Amino acid sequence: MTPDTPIRDPHVILRVIAKFLIPLIALFAFYVQFHGDYGPGGGFQAGVILAVSVILYALIFGLDEAKRAFPPALIRVGMSLGVLLYGGTGVVAWMMGGEFLNYSVLAHDAIHGQHWGILVIELGVLTTVTSVMLAIFYAFGSRQPEISDEDW
Amino acid sequence: MILALPIQAAPASPLISTLLLDIGLLTLLVIVAFAIVRMRSLFAIVMLQGVYSLVAAAWFVTLDAVDVAFTEAAVGAGVSTVLMLAAMLLADRESKPIPMNRQWGPLAVVIIAGLAMLYAVPDLPAYGDANSAANSYVGTDYLAKTATEVDMPNVVTAVLASYRGYDTFGEAVVIFAAGLGVLLLLGLNGNAGHFRADVKGRRLSTATAPSGSAKHAEPDEVSGGTARNASGVPPSITQYGEGTL
Repeated sequence: MTPDTPIRDPHVILRVIAKFLIPLIALFAFYVQFHGDYGPGGGFQAGVILAVSVILYALIFGLDEAKRAFPPALIRVGMSLGVLLYGGTGVVAWMMGGEFLNYSVLAHDAIHGQHWGILVIELGVLTTVTSVMLAIFYAFGSRQPEISDEDW
Repeated sequence: MILALPIQAAPASPLISTLLLDIGLLTLLVIVAFAIVRMRSLFAIVMLQGVYSLVAAAWFVTLDAVDVAFTEAAVGAGVSTVLMLAAMLLADRESKPIPMNRQWGPLAVVIIAGLAMLYAVPDLPAYGDANSAANSYVGTDYLAKTATEVDMPNVVTAVLASYRGYDTFGEAVVIFAAGLGVLLLLGLNGNAGHFRADVKGRRLSTATAPSGSAKHAEPDEVSGGTARNASGVPPSITQYGEGTL
């Protein structure tokens, strides 16, 4: 685009709608995460939906902007942190006298222990899934410059 | 007995409607699958795979497998479509038709596998069979004990996270391993065409790199391909292409 042509964004509607939708998608991810005990959903689905909200942001506003919002360093840590959180819960249950991943010993009574355990491991799954989905997207997306609409 | 009759008869009409819905959705799945096979444009194929996942998710809902449907919609129709498109950026946009004389082997494999599956069909339990493997053994235990042991309204979450915690842990590790593999192969920070690199990864130009001035301090840096061309050594540039950002 030469400097004297007026800058017209052909995707202005897309950008405005996406800006409105992205927070809602992220919010829905957390609803799926924390409502998983009562309805369908859980850490895996919530992680994918949260990653999709960031991917949508990257598709509309560019990969560099998405990387500023959700830095790759954070993703590298998140990938392993989630698995660590899950395995760590098992080890803590171990140290408190139960079997590996037996949440019943985590709190003063068994049902509370189960609730705590499931909450923590679902959080671990959320962290790992979100990070891995974004890592794969970043890895593929960062190899090539973004192409113009006509090239698809 | 007279009162029981309407209750017995009532499920008949919803059963037919769900049956029609199932047949309709499965027909759609077959049509989409054939369309995918016939297509040559990879972009259209990726989009149709998203459609396939969405129809499959709708079908899972009619089977009352809401959690599976949710996952299929989020992963199959959502994120994998985008990942396929991102991967397509690195590859061709069209698939070339394969000549018929190279398709006899795959055809034989498909026919044998299909016949084997048809042979296995009579062993499958009927839909809703109370004596099927899933509805007896531990399955009934989970349903009976979740209320007292885990106290969670959604039994699926209780089974996945607590009773089958080992399996879910394994799944999390598998996902982690998948991400790790992609990172080891591709890396998180490709340069996205911001500069051209030679085969050893050294930069030949920093034309559109945002922090170009700071990078000049690096010893490996060659500030543009012209110097090399002047000395007669052709720079073997990996074709990242110019950035269009």
